[in-house]
Order: sequence, then structure tokens, then C-alpha cells
Amino acid sequence: MADLVSHPDEVRVVSKRFGKGATNIDRYIELDGYKAVRKALTMEPDAIINEVKNSGLRGRGGAGFSTGLKWSFVPKQASKPKYILCNGDESEPGTCKDRLIFEHDPHAVIEGVMIAALAVGATKGYIYIRGEYRYLSEIMQKAIADVYAKGFAGKNIFGSGKDLDIYWHGGAGAYEVGEESALMESLEGKRGIPRIRPPFPAVVGLWGGPTVINNAETLASVPHILLGGAEWYANLGPPKNGGTRLFCLAGDLEKPGVYELPMGYNLKKMIYEVGGGIPNGRKLKAVVPGGSSTPILLPEEIDVAMDFDSVAKTGSMLGSGGVVVLDDTVCMVKFALRTIKFYQHESCGWCIPCREGTDWLKKTLIRFHNGAGLKKDIDNMYYLSENMLGRTFCPLGDAAAMPMMAFVKKFRKEFEDHLDGKPCPYEKASEEINRELAVL
Amino acid sequence: MRFSDQFEKRFAEMLTHYPTKRSVLVPTLLYAQDEAGFLSDEVIAEIAQRLELTELDVNNVISYYSMLTTKPRGKYNVQVCTNIACMLRGGEELLEQCKDRLGIGHKGTTSDGLFSLEEVECIGACSWAPAIQVNYDFHENLDERKMDAVLDSYRKKAI
Ligand SMILES: Cc1cc2nc3c(=O)[nH]c(=O)nc-3n(C[C@H](O)[C@H](O)[C@H](O)COP(=O)(O)O)c2cc1C
Ligand code: SF4
Ligand code: FES
Repeated sequence: MADLVSHPDEVRVVSKRFGKGATNIDRYIELDGYKAVRKALTMEPDAIINEVKNSGLRGRGGAGFSTGLKWSFVPKQASKPKYILCNGDESEPGTCKDRLIFEHDPHAVIEGVMIAALAVGATKGYIYIRGEYRYLSEIMQKAIADVYAKGFAGKNIFGSGKDLDIYWHGGAGAYEVGEESALMESLEGKRGIPRIRPPFPAVVGLWGGPTVINNAETLASVPHILLGGAEWYANLGPPKNGGTRLFCLAGDLEKPGVYELPMGYNLKKMIYEVGGGIPNGRKLKAVVPGGSSTPILLPEEIDVAMDFDSVAKTGSMLGSGGVVVLDDTVCMVKFALRTIKFYQHESCGWCIPCREGTDWLKKTLIRFHNGAGLKKDIDNMYYLSENMLGRTFCPLGDAAAMPMMAFVKKFRKEFEDHLDGKPCPYEKASEEINRELAVL
Repeated sequence: MRFSDQFEKRFAEMLTHYPTKRSVLVPTLLYAQDEAGFLSDEVIAEIAQRLELTELDVNNVISYYSMLTTKPRGKYNVQVCTNIACMLRGGEELLEQCKDRLGIGHKGTTSDGLFSLEEVECIGACSWAPAIQVNYDFHENLDERKMDAVLDSYRKKAI
């Protein structure tokens, strides 16, 4: 479905089988598939966890937590069944990579779930796929059926004496459900309202049992680590940031697309060489480095290695891999409005700072973009966001507050240029669209 | 209320996947909606009864998920993404174009019942923006001409 791209700087690990017919289980096996799980079956659980820890693999869902460490938090003995839950809700604006994995290499996700299950002693794994990705849910259902038919799942997998069930699950449209505890609520058939932590899912998760929740790309990376070795994987990236990452290049670029690059690849090079630079002779205005919740970077800030720690030093985040590039025709007030409108729409409404804060920001930005903003609104938007930070029940509140603070801090002048009823001086969109935005 | 054999087969199988019946609720509602067009009181009552839930429980869940609807929609639901990556590449203009060609607004349905229109958030096609979904099918890297062709292809399909 979605077009594939390539660039000589790519290091293909997770995307190794893209475009190679690996949705077919026999083809997947031909391409080294299900070798890693066979290897895992001969290893002690702790040895699997250590291998993943040493590989430097960090969560590809956004937060970048060490995957091996997360697995080690699951208690060895538990009175309730343990579960693996693969997060395929992929909804952070700018992010479109898990989709390619499900489309081209669904068995890699299944194999990753299997290895995680062996490592923590789980006997059931669920693969949650967002409702909009119906065709991927169908691909996954077929892949799972094929796995059962081969005797790789169910009772006595690979003749090992161990039992392991793999299931798919579908969502029905909700960004918030990608948050790990809301994801569990959704899987249990409820509204996606987050759970209070502690207890953490590793101890009390699905139906009260210990649960490991990992992003689809994280899990699809695991078989490669077991086969290639922790050292090989760790050395693909800088220290503590092992491996590669699927970067979704989007926005004002000559060659947008999903490229697999080593962790720590330079952002400037990513934009100008891999992505082909800015089209139509325009200039770069700003970059969102890792999905719409990550604070925006100015052109002078993009000479940065794209790994978790280096991007954090700029005050932003590596996030979910969605790199959105803006040229100099974009109005930042409008861009801020689109960003905030999303979080306002997706807020589950459970806690006041997020529910009221995002709504207030949206209304202020609409007024602002229409030329009815007040000078004090600028500071108020910053102050309000600052006060949302860390005061919400789940990180969605932060996801709205963080980029908002960066918009105001880095583009204050553009906000000021909208004052005194002046028409938006940056806008390339038609008047009609602006009228529509005004009534959102 | 009758669903297709495929629905019943999937439903029966899904029930074996979880320790609680309720867990099948969200995907079941979406598959039911695909067959019935929307979640009518009758569909809701049927699913509530099968899963031993109250209709209120089911309605509470429906209202949370953006894809679930209790109102009829057109045969083809045109969902235009205007989130950041699509906005930068003309998503808002596509939405305007659809409003113009179909003569309806956000969440409207054409009088012949063929099309509905919806402005949606990111659909995971950011690198192929601007993108839309018609029901579950993605259409990507669109422009004005391609957008018209997409609408035409569905008009033809309906005949
Ligand atoms: C509002 C919100 C939405 C999220 N959406 C996703 C998502 O769509 N996919 C995902 O993998 N993680 C998402 N996350 C992160 C998850 O909570 C969780 O950290 C992640 O799935 C863990 O997997 P990882 O360690 O492999 O990254 C989201 C978090 C928040 C707060
Ligand atoms: S921060 Fe927002 S999304 Fe998270 S629980 Fe509070 S209201 Fe819900
Ligand atoms: S922003 Fe439109 S598909 Fe992601």
C-alpha cells in the first residue's frame, strides 16, 4: 500500500524484509524467520533479558525506556497469568512506521512477542492494532492463523513443551488508548481512561496479571538482536542508544518517506540528504523531531544526533520517530493551533489540567489566529502550559504543554505579529480555510 | 438482528481469546457497525445482551471511540486528515475540495446517501501526505486532480 523508499545511508534491520513477501510465513522462514525464537527456547529467561539489556534497545513508542530493564521488572513468581501486549495504536501525528512493519513483516512482531513472553514467563500475547488499520488487522489475523497451523503457537510450541498463545486485537479510533494503561483498559473492553500508577503494569496489568507493554517496532527489533547478538546491535548506534530506528520523514521535504537509519544519525543530514531538502526553493523554518508532542527545533538547533540523549539535550525529545519539516511559508500560530486542537480533541477528559488546559489553549489560539489576540495571551499560554506540566494524570497533558511552550518561546514574534487585528502575515492557506478554522 | 456468518465465526473465536467476555467489545462494535452501517439501538441491545453488559455500558464505550457512530452515514465515508503533516502538504485544501464537490460539511451525508465527509486526525500516512481514508482504504500523495479521481472512482463503484 504505502510506497517504500530507500537511501544509501540506511541500515536495514527492522525493514530488512520490507517488500520481500514476508507476510507469507514460508517466505518469512526462508528469510531467517522464527530462528531467533528457537534460539530463545534454548536460553534461560534471564539470559534473554540480559541480551536485550546489553543491546541498548530502548522503547520505540516514544519514551525510550530500556526494553531489557522493563522486562526485568516482571516478577518471576506471580499468582495471576502474565501477558505481553504489543502497542500498535500508532496515532502520534507524524508517525507512520508501525504501519509498514505490520504490512510487510507481521511475523517479526509475532516473533518479538514470543521472545518477550519466553523472557518473562508469559503464556499469552496480544497485538493491539488501531481500528483505522483494518487491512493490517486482516494481515495479522492471517499471520497468526499460519503460526498456529505450523505449531509455532498454542500448545507445545516448536515441540518445546511450552505453551504460548498469540492473539490480535483491534481498536476503534482513540489516540489516548496508545498510552499504556489506557491501552489495557481498551483491551478489557472499556473507555480508554488511564490507570493510576503504581502499581505499574509489569506488576499489575491486564486483568490484574503482570504485563509487558512494548511498541510494535521495539518488539520487531528483538528477533534481530537475538540472532545478531547484543554487541552487534548496540554498536549500530551511539552508547546507550542501540540499533536503528524507522524515521518517518514528513512535511515540506523533497523526498518524504520512512527510512531506517542508525540511532544517532544527524538530523540536518536526515533533512537535506536523506529527505532531499526543502522543495520549491523555500527555506527551512523549523522541525518537529519526534511526533507532534516533541518541542519544535529551529534551523540553528538541527545539527544534532538523533538519539534519545542528544535530542534531550536540545530540550526536545526523540519521541516516536516522526520528523515533520516546516518551510518558511508556515504560520506558527496556525501550526500551534493544529497541534493543540489534536490534543484537545484526544484528551480523555479525566483530569482537569489537561481537559480544561487544552481547551483553553485551543480557544485562545483560534482567537489569536483571527487577529483578536491580546498581548497578555502570549504569556498566559506559556504560563498555563507550564502549569499543566507534570500535573496531569497521564503524559497527554505534557504532550500538549511541551510543544506549546516551545512555540511561544521560539516564535514569540510571530504571535506578536498577529496582534491588533492584523490579518495573518504568514498564511499561505486560503481565506476560506481560515474561516473554517475560526469555528472549530 | 442478524450478522454475517463471518461475523459470527470471528465473534465466537474472539470470545476464546480473553478471560472476560467484555474484552471483545471494542472490535466487535466496529465489525458490527461495518455490517449494519451504524450502531442502532437494536445492535447495541444485541451486543449488550451477548456480553452480559447493560446498554448503558455499551453506549459509554461507543461515545469514547471516534470511529464508532450511532447515526447512519453514507456508503462511502470520506475521511480527510488535516493534522500537521497533511496540513503542510495541502490537507486543508483537500477538505475544502471535498466539501465543495460533495456539497456537504464535516460529518455531513449527501442526500443520495452515497458519501459522508469527516475531518479526521492523523491516520498514520504522514510520509505519504496528504492522505485520506474512504471507509478503510487509504488514498495517499493526493492533489486536486487525484482527489477528484478518487471521488469519481467511488461514484462508479456504486453503480
Ligand atoms: C497519550 C499517549 C499516547 C501514546 N501512544 C502510543 C502509541 O500509539 N504507540 C506506542 O507504542 N506507544 C504510545 N505511547 C507510549 C506508551 O504509553 C508506552 O510507553 C509504550 O507503548 C511502551 O513501549 P516501548 O517501551 O516499547 O516504547 C503513548 C503514550 C501516551 C502518553
Ligand atoms: S492527562 Fe488528559 S488524557 Fe491523560 S488522563 Fe488527564 S485528561 Fe485524560
Ligand atoms: S498527519 Fe495526516 S496522516 Fe499523519
